[in-house]
Amino acid sequence: MAVAATTRAGARPSRAGHRPSVPPWVGTVPFFGYVAVFLLWPTGIVVYDAFKNPAGKFTLSGLTALGNAQVRGYFIGSFKLSLISSLIGAVLGAILAYAVASGNPDGVIRRLYLCVSGVLAQFGGVTLAFAFLVLIGPVGLLFHASWYFSFPWGITVIYAYFQIPLMVLVFLPAIDGLKVQWREASESLGSSAWQYWRYVGGPLLLPAFLGALLLLFANALSAYATIQAWEDAIPYTVPQQIWTSMSSEVGLANINYADALALGMVVLVAIVMTGYALLQRRAARWLR
Amino acid sequence: MAAVTSVGETPLAVPARRQVGMQAGRRRRLNLFRYVVFTVFGLFFALPLLAMARFSLEGAKLGTWSLTAWRQIASYTSSEGIPPLISAVEITLELAVITSAVMLVLVVPTMIWIRLRVRWLARAMEFLCLLPLTIPPIVLVVGLGPIYDKIAHLSLSALMLFWVYVILALPYAYRALAAGLSAIDATTLSEAARSLGASWFSVIVRVIVPNMWDAVLNALILTWALVLGEFTVAFFLLYVNLQVELYSISRNTPDAGVIFSTSTASLLFAFVLLLILSYVGRRRRASRG
Repeated sequence: MAVAATTRAGARPSRAGHRPSVPPWVGTVPFFGYVAVFLLWPTGIVVYDAFKNPAGKFTLSGLTALGNAQVRGYFIGSFKLSLISSLIGAVLGAILAYAVASGNPDGVIRRLYLCVSGVLAQFGGVTLAFAFLVLIGPVGLLFHASWYFSFPWGITVIYAYFQIPLMVLVFLPAIDGLKVQWREASESLGSSAWQYWRYVGGPLLLPAFLGALLLLFANALSAYATIQAWEDAIPYTVPQQIWTSMSSEVGLANINYADALALGMVVLVAIVMTGYALLQRRAARWLR
Repeated sequence: MAAVTSVGETPLAVPARRQVGMQAGRRRRLNLFRYVVFTVFGLFFALPLLAMARFSLEGAKLGTWSLTAWRQIASYTSSEGIPPLISAVEITLELAVITSAVMLVLVVPTMIWIRLRVRWLARAMEFLCLLPLTIPPIVLVVGLGPIYDKIAHLSLSALMLFWVYVILALPYAYRALAAGLSAIDATTLSEAARSLGASWFSVIVRVIVPNMWDAVLNALILTWALVLGEFTVAFFLLYVNLQVELYSISRNTPDAGVIFSTSTASLLFAFVLLLILSYVGRRRRASRG
């Protein structure tokens, strides 16, 4: 071993003698190249094509299509679903996160809930729609909910299934950051539980809560698989409409229209995620 | 850093012991609240899964039990020209392996290299790696159409999906790896290795990477979990992976028990993967603390 190491080391100086003429950033080219081709280029195509008509001419008609009543309806549908499911997910998730945080930090319940949340937060998709179908759908084992196929309530219940766990994962660090001393200090000054939450705990957690809410909102906005498996005949949301416009079998497939819809979504998600980043920074002040 | 907590990343902060010095009355109320909450949410999370598992064990007559649906996983073929289920399972598992391998080869050395030699690119890399979080797959896939037209000239195999899956998994893998890399003193390690005559290759492969094994494993499992559950991209690009296959079967024969047994199986698999993850994470923290 030692011999091998010496020979290898011995061979080094001859090469180390003249500095390599290649600048070190060259080593990062494969990574940046890959990302450019499979992330930046497609995004660029979406933005670029949104301003073209099927003949390839520059036009704003794709964007003006975003203003017509039907398309607005899809955006409103997406917005409604995302808002309701993120509000429900955030409130219930915060309650669950508090219950988890107030227990033993090394306890079984905490570990179990964290692990399960980790799986379920990613458990969107086709499988989730199946699970709810056989629980409360027309063939449900528990009961047959008449509202199962109603928009947005039926799908909101399904979305809550991955929104709540995501909220637990995102919000738990904030609750863990609440120091016992703050509670003790306010109690020793004679505050009630309500006053503690109203004047101390609540304001401290608010930025983290709002940030998490925005993250859940973006999460619901970009979710597609679940709603497609839940109901594939009627498009309620923008992602479903993108699919319809790309796969239309009656020859109406209009890729530029899909691009315009996609661009609308990027803008929406970018606004929401910027808000999330700002609130997260604000919240981070207390999470030392 | 926009810290979106994701699968299996358990928050590191260990909370102070809350219950010490708490009044007895409040503690009782708190415990009551906790048990109610855990029961209600436990039911909400467990019932759909149990319903799915029960359905997968449904016999020919309603209310009977049978293992048919589970046996069918290996043999199920749908009549409508959909490839057999098992081939979709194989494709998906192969995709998971390829995606995670490409991910590691592409991201790990670059990340270490940037940390050691090209610091000024660190922000750019972080930005690009987290960018897929703000570009929904549904948007990415619209733009990918023309690119995949070109790829289809080379190969029609669904394995070609790995090109995009690497991008989709990037944020999760990046955060896992970044946490591992920032936990070690990469500069000192590399200086020590270099002064002993190691090449940059062995610095990365034989010195730094073994020190962040847990993070690499983390990134690997997160990538696997993502690939196993991916539907949108495959569906839009008209490739058949496991989720697309299940979807097509459910459209043709909605009462096919096999979709429930396969779903249950894939979910159990994901649970096992993430259990390993949380176990590794705990061991790491325990060995450090």
